Amino acid sequence: MAETVQRLRGTFFTLNVNSLLNLAGGIAVLVAIIATLQRVFESGGTYFFQTLGFGLAQGAIFALVALGYTMVYGIIELINFAHGDVFTLGAFFSLAMMPLFGLNPSSSGAGVILPLLGLFVITMLFCALVNITIERVAYRPLRHAPRLAPLITAIGMSSLLEGVMFIWRGPFNLAYPDFLPEQQLSLGGGITIAAKAVFVIILALILMVGLTFFINRSKLGKAMRATAQDRDAAQLMGININRTISATFFIGAALAGAGGIIYGLYYNSVAAFDGFAYGLYAFTAAVFGGIGNVPGAALGGFMIGVIAAMSDGYFTVAWTRPLIFGILIFVLVFRPTGLLGMRVPEK
Amino acid sequence: MALLEISGIDVFYGRVQALHGESLEVDQGEVVALIGSNGAGKTTTLRTISGLHHPVRGTIKFDGKDITRSEPQNIVNLGICQSPEGRRLFTRMSVLDNLRMGAYTRRNQADIKKDMDRVFELFPRLKERLNQIAGTLSGGEQQMCAMGRALMAKPKLLMLDEPSLGLAPILVETIFQIVREINAQGTPVLLVEQNATKALEVAHRGYVLETGNIVHSGTGKELLSSKEVQTAYLGM
Repeated sequence: MAETVQRLRGTFFTLNVNSLLNLAGGIAVLVAIIATLQRVFESGGTYFFQTLGFGLAQGAIFALVALGYTMVYGIIELINFAHGDVFTLGAFFSLAMMPLFGLNPSSSGAGVILPLLGLFVITMLFCALVNITIERVAYRPLRHAPRLAPLITAIGMSSLLEGVMFIWRGPFNLAYPDFLPEQQLSLGGGITIAAKAVFVIILALILMVGLTFFINRSKLGKAMRATAQDRDAAQLMGININRTISATFFIGAALAGAGGIIYGLYYNSVAAFDGFAYGLYAFTAAVFGGIGNVPGAALGGFMIGVIAAMSDGYFTVAWTRPLIFGILIFVLVFRPTGLLGMRVPEK
Repeated sequence: MALLEISGIDVFYGRVQALHGESLEVDQGEVVALIGSNGAGKTTTLRTISGLHHPVRGTIKFDGKDITRSEPQNIVNLGICQSPEGRRLFTRMSVLDNLRMGAYTRRNQADIKKDMDRVFELFPRLKERLNQIAGTLSGGEQQMCAMGRALMAKPKLLMLDEPSLGLAPILVETIFQIVREINAQGTPVLLVEQNATKALEVAHRGYVLETGNIVHSGTGKELLSSKEVQTAYLGM
């Protein structure tokens, strides 16, 4: 009897707490949306679209980085904390390679397109090689160790990369050349968007569409999906697991490397520790969209980008970071599978 | 020389020994049943043959080649394929993609197409469900998909782990009928089963595994009529 009462009380209590939390969460989101809308109407359309353009551009970069987090998580269930620093390394490396392609801070016009393309290729390749080396030395030997062990080596790898970049170029913000056109594109009705933002968004979208095609159509892409879904079964199909995992690190880092260049071109400044915070934003984006889910990471990236820009533009910059990580906690508590998170069918 | 020769393998999970000097053979054209209770080491045997575990002692030879230390993908390439315990389909892929994954190591598209048609002949149901997501299939259909996927590798030896587990009695009949058919078309089968009676009826020969040791072996008929096997495994 006493037991039954206890159990009933238990059910009642948990029910109550859950619904209360849900209610509080719903109200918080509603208040935030109303407050934002109010300020949006106060400051007018031009400002809104500029903020939106900035948000989408920064979101595109988050998305490129988030894809690497989510792909690696999908296949070996590891948060590769070094990923954000591979992204910064892309910016640093491309900066150092510029003279090789005849690029200097005063270059401009259509003449930069070809060298820039070469810069992208070599940087993406470099970052990819760094990342598969990291996997080989820091994660693969720990594949059968408890999950915490590779997570700690991942944090160690992150510190190592930051240290290398710190020693290489010092703690300062490095100027990154500004090759992109500065003008505003008019969308009619007094609404304008920066050409720079459009460039960044389009470039990121091209890379993401390419990735999606690769994962869905190519044999290696299918092997990656199969390995992510069931590693033993994938091995029984004759898939070389180590090669597939390396390929995942390769592609994720190539996207991060491209993201690093785009970051440099967009913000015109980069520092050794930028990747830490940026990586955490991108990680939040990956969780927001559903960790392990590729379209989710892209969607999460754009959403976090826009939310951060709105917070910067309509509230205060100081609250943006707490807001973003508040979202991270919020998602982990209420919807751990994220926006597009998959419900795995029962076996 | 037999097609598959396992001699004296010891396999460990950490410190726990799962197989104690197990030896067995599968010959061309045979259906061989491996029966035994839960935890006897049946699945471990198949996983070891596939290279997911490596024995500490003993050897495994296939087609005259030593595969004791080979990696799983190389073993698939040599022609051993299994439909694993619990089916292990790629639940978020379509039936068609699952079947294609089965042919992962093969290049010749025309040959793959031919085997795809053969799988549809054996399992007409799969053809109806081609674009359905594998995780949403019924249990019986999932089993068919898993067997079809294994066949898509065009195996020289097909290993089936508990193909009848959790299926309705009528489907169990169908599955064993199909095992016979696959064998009649020329593929040797190593069959792991809890349903010992059914397995031994289909099998040319059988082995009885008990806590990692082979305790009986013989033709299917011999084992079916053996007093010890009857009381311990056939529930008579």
